[in-house]
Amino acid sequence: MATRAPDNLAATPSLPPVRHRPRAYRRHLVHRLDVKVSPYAYVAPFFLLFCAFGLFPLAYTAWVSLHEWTLLSDVHEFVGLDNFVTLLGDDYFWNATFNTLSIGVLSTVPQLLLAIWLAHLLNRPLRTQTLFRVTLLLPNVTSVVAVVVIFSQLFGRDYGLINWVLSWFGVGVIDWNAGTATSHVAISVMIMWRWTGYNALIFLAAMQAVPRELYEAATIDGAGGMTQLRKITVPVIRPTIIFVVITSTIGAMQILAEPLLFGTYSPTGGPDRQYQTLSLFIYENFVKLDFGYASAVSWMMFLFIVVIAAVNYLLTRRTRGNLT
Amino acid sequence: MPRTAGTARTLTYLTLMAVAFFSALPLYYSVVVASRDNSALAEVPPPLLPGGNLVANITRVFDTVPFALALLNSVLVAGSIAISVMLFSTLAGFAFAKLRFRGSKALLLLTVATMMVPTQLGIIPLYLLMVKLEWTGSMYALIVPALTNAFGVFFMTQYLSRALPTELLEAGRVDGCSTWGLFWHVVIPVARPAAAVLGMLTFMSAWNDYFWPLVVLTPENPTVQVALSTLAAGYVSDYALSLTGTALGTLPLVIVFALLGKQVIGGIMQGAVKG
Repeated sequence: MATRAPDNLAATPSLPPVRHRPRAYRRHLVHRLDVKVSPYAYVAPFFLLFCAFGLFPLAYTAWVSLHEWTLLSDVHEFVGLDNFVTLLGDDYFWNATFNTLSIGVLSTVPQLLLAIWLAHLLNRPLRTQTLFRVTLLLPNVTSVVAVVVIFSQLFGRDYGLINWVLSWFGVGVIDWNAGTATSHVAISVMIMWRWTGYNALIFLAAMQAVPRELYEAATIDGAGGMTQLRKITVPVIRPTIIFVVITSTIGAMQILAEPLLFGTYSPTGGPDRQYQTLSLFIYENFVKLDFGYASAVSWMMFLFIVVIAAVNYLLTRRTRGNLT
Repeated sequence: MPRTAGTARTLTYLTLMAVAFFSALPLYYSVVVASRDNSALAEVPPPLLPGGNLVANITRVFDTVPFALALLNSVLVAGSIAISVMLFSTLAGFAFAKLRFRGSKALLLLTVATMMVPTQLGIIPLYLLMVKLEWTGSMYALIVPALTNAFGVFFMTQYLSRALPTELLEAGRVDGCSTWGLFWHVVIPVARPAAAVLGMLTFMSAWNDYFWPLVVLTPENPTVQVALSTLAAGYVSDYALSLTGTALGTLPLVIVFALLGKQVIGGIMQGAVKG
């Protein structure tokens, strides 16, 4: 009203006073319209942009995946499910699937256990609480590119800090980049470094909502810190755990920048494809301009994500108090 | 009992200090490498203290990639995204938290559900769309799709439904305020602290975004992250160069974060509980 009413008044001063009633009616109408319609206008930008740049591309991927589609030609031949048939017989695809799962498990499982434990440690009155939290989140502020560049140096075969430290314990020189297992460990370490603190803070937020009396009662009953974590904290914050497990799973299935940059920019993920993930496999076919095939991989990956997220949901829900 | 409590306390501090050490170590080491020349990095006990080669390395970074342009682009992209996300999220959050309209519950649920959609999988059609719009290689391709996001809408909804007193809105209505007037005069002042946190979180993630900029931009007109990956890719063994770039692209954000970290963390944790 503050914006519209003055306009109305300014537009009608010369009109005879007889128009007064319709004007009141119109004001009423404007008001009703304002109350009824403006909420939709306020939420519309998000939904419009999501449809245009989130939903439409995802759906269109399905359409592209049914075609022989390259950027080089304007003719996109419809091939039905051919791309998917080729895919299922493609060793590189299954290799990428294995690598994605392997890196996903190696990075997610220890990370979440560590995060819960760290949150548990932080969930008590500590001096320098803020300092600890800020330092924990520091890795998350660092960009993926920076993380991989730094860790590639740390994991260097000849002059890397990590091999140097390991040599104190009599470990021989490890070529982290060359092997399947070693490269998966290196990439998982990068992912863990970046995300453990973040997830710990999310768990901590949930833990702070757990009623203090529960812990006090447990302490009187003689339950130690670890028992309290297992028997009280974890069951109470289970919704948050489910949420974090699912978002981490979705994130882990989409790992791309780490293997891409660890392989110094090569979309094959190492010379023997030893750490090519599914996202990287999509990117490889994208770079080859084979959009149809890349879209087919995208849809298979979407399927995997849905299945794995669902399985994780059921597992975390069923474990009840016995997690950790 | 008291003695074990004391030991447990010490152990907690020691563990947390170790974790803090490992969180900060790689960043510190990147500064060490950035301030050395490459021959020093090939020594067998690796250097653990910064050297005096930083300025020379920085000059090399600016000579090798268009780093000044990259910084400008990143500030422009992350800045416009942050401002737009703050505005649209506050608008939508206000509607979801305090306005009554048909289907609002379902729409809010839908918003949360979209957070689970792996949009990275739609990257190929998104690229085709950008080709159609002739936005490839331009910052529009980064800014426009990111102008709003579900997290922001959800975050502001949560905050406003708690922090915005309904009586205040009713009083505004009685005084003849339109909905837009309420938003402008009542909601924005209340929303400001949360919107600031959201803006910072958005700025950070936009600054650090990598895959989409890599796909849609060219090395000649990059963002910071794209420029960094060009550095790292082209000069494999030149760690001094690539880590100097990394430090230049990361440290501004890290410093801002270290100064305002408390608020950012508060924001992340607030957004988390409802998740």
